[in-house]
Amino acid sequence: MGFDQYHEPPHELPDETRTFARMCASLTEEAEAIGWYEQRLAVEGDGDAAAIMRDAQGEEFKHFSMDLEFLLRRKPLWREIARGILFQTGDIVEHGEASEARATGGGEQDEAGPADERSGSLGIGGDAGSVR
Amino acid sequence: MNHLLRPLAPISDSGWELLDSEAKQRLTPALAARRLVDFSGPHGWEHSATNLGRAEALVTSPQGDVGASRRQVLPLVELRADFTVAAQDLRDRDRGATDVDLGSLDEAAHRIAVAENVAVFHGWEEAQIAGIAGASAHEPRPLGDDTDGYPRAVAGAVELLLGGGVGGPYGMALGREPYRRVVETAEHGGHLLLDHLRKILGGPIVWTPGLDGAVVLSMRGGDFVYDCGQDMSIGYARHDTEAVYLYIEASFSFLVASPDAGVALTV
Repeated sequence: MGFDQYHEPPHELPDETRTFARMCASLTEEAEAIGWYEQRLAVEGDGDAAAIMRDAQGEEFKHFSMDLEFLLRRKPLWREIARGILFQTGDIVEHGEASEARATGGGEQDEAGPADERSGSLGIGGDAGSVR
Repeated sequence: MNHLLRPLAPISDSGWELLDSEAKQRLTPALAARRLVDFSGPHGWEHSATNLGRAEALVTSPQGDVGASRRQVLPLVELRADFTVAAQDLRDRDRGATDVDLGSLDEAAHRIAVAENVAVFHGWEEAQIAGIAGASAHEPRPLGDDTDGYPRAVAGAVELLLGGGVGGPYGMALGREPYRRVVETAEHGGHLLLDHLRKILGGPIVWTPGLDGAVVLSMRGGDFVYDCGQDMSIGYARHDTEAVYLYIEASFSFLVASPDAGVALTV
């Protein structure tokens, strides 16, 4: 049995961190499986086999989504940043920069900086304003 | 390259960094409305309308006995403020100059920020934007010139919202002059008026250039929505031997979902 998901000695890690690491490893495995099924489906000529693979890939979508939701619930900042990126239309990079700036609400993201290279946006978003 | 055409401008990476940084520094404190209302987006330059969730019946139909209706949307508006930068200043910047004249950019940033604030708080009829103050279901209340009366006026507005079932926390946008008065005033006992008002509201007090008076509004969410297409960005128009002609641009719509969730205070 491998313990590759741990980057530090497991006995030095608190329980919640070990669980978090296991779920990160699980998330990775689900994403890999989705990619593998995608490749198999691209080359499979048997319709029945392809239908089963497509069904199996759907299971991996579900597993990946549940893993992700678990992790987001454990990391509020991650959840907050994801909230501004997931299920949005428009420019993904622009959403990412703006969401990070909103979620972190200061520090580096509040520093004036160059515009996003692709969109040209200054990344001000909804956190603008002189608030007292 | 997108519609901003930035790669076509005769501006080095260092020059762009200077312009973007300066614009962000100038815009951030002045874009007050975004701090108080729900911010949706940015959804990109291609985003053209906000879904209102409503449809209007059409009188005609392509086929008898078939009903027809048309979805209603709120179109986004585009704001654009032009500015110039001297070509010599940009060359000096590349040599390491730190005193480049960016006055034209600063003025453009202020103009477009004020335009956004005015649209959100006072409204913009041609753009179909009903401002928070203009759309309010409540009669404007006096804020007055005397800061002694500010706590009473703000508390009255909060009570009005509470009485109407509009929960908090509440925030307040303050025009330049009343804001100055608030931050410079200490009440009896040395307590800052700013702190007193903040305690009444339970939310932020925001400096809002372009706003006449003040607006107290609920920040519980869902009452006011700023729908951002393209967030503030600098684009390139043209250049000659003397200057580079640029602009700051943004697209947005603003929707008042609950007219009873804001109260205007007049001076």
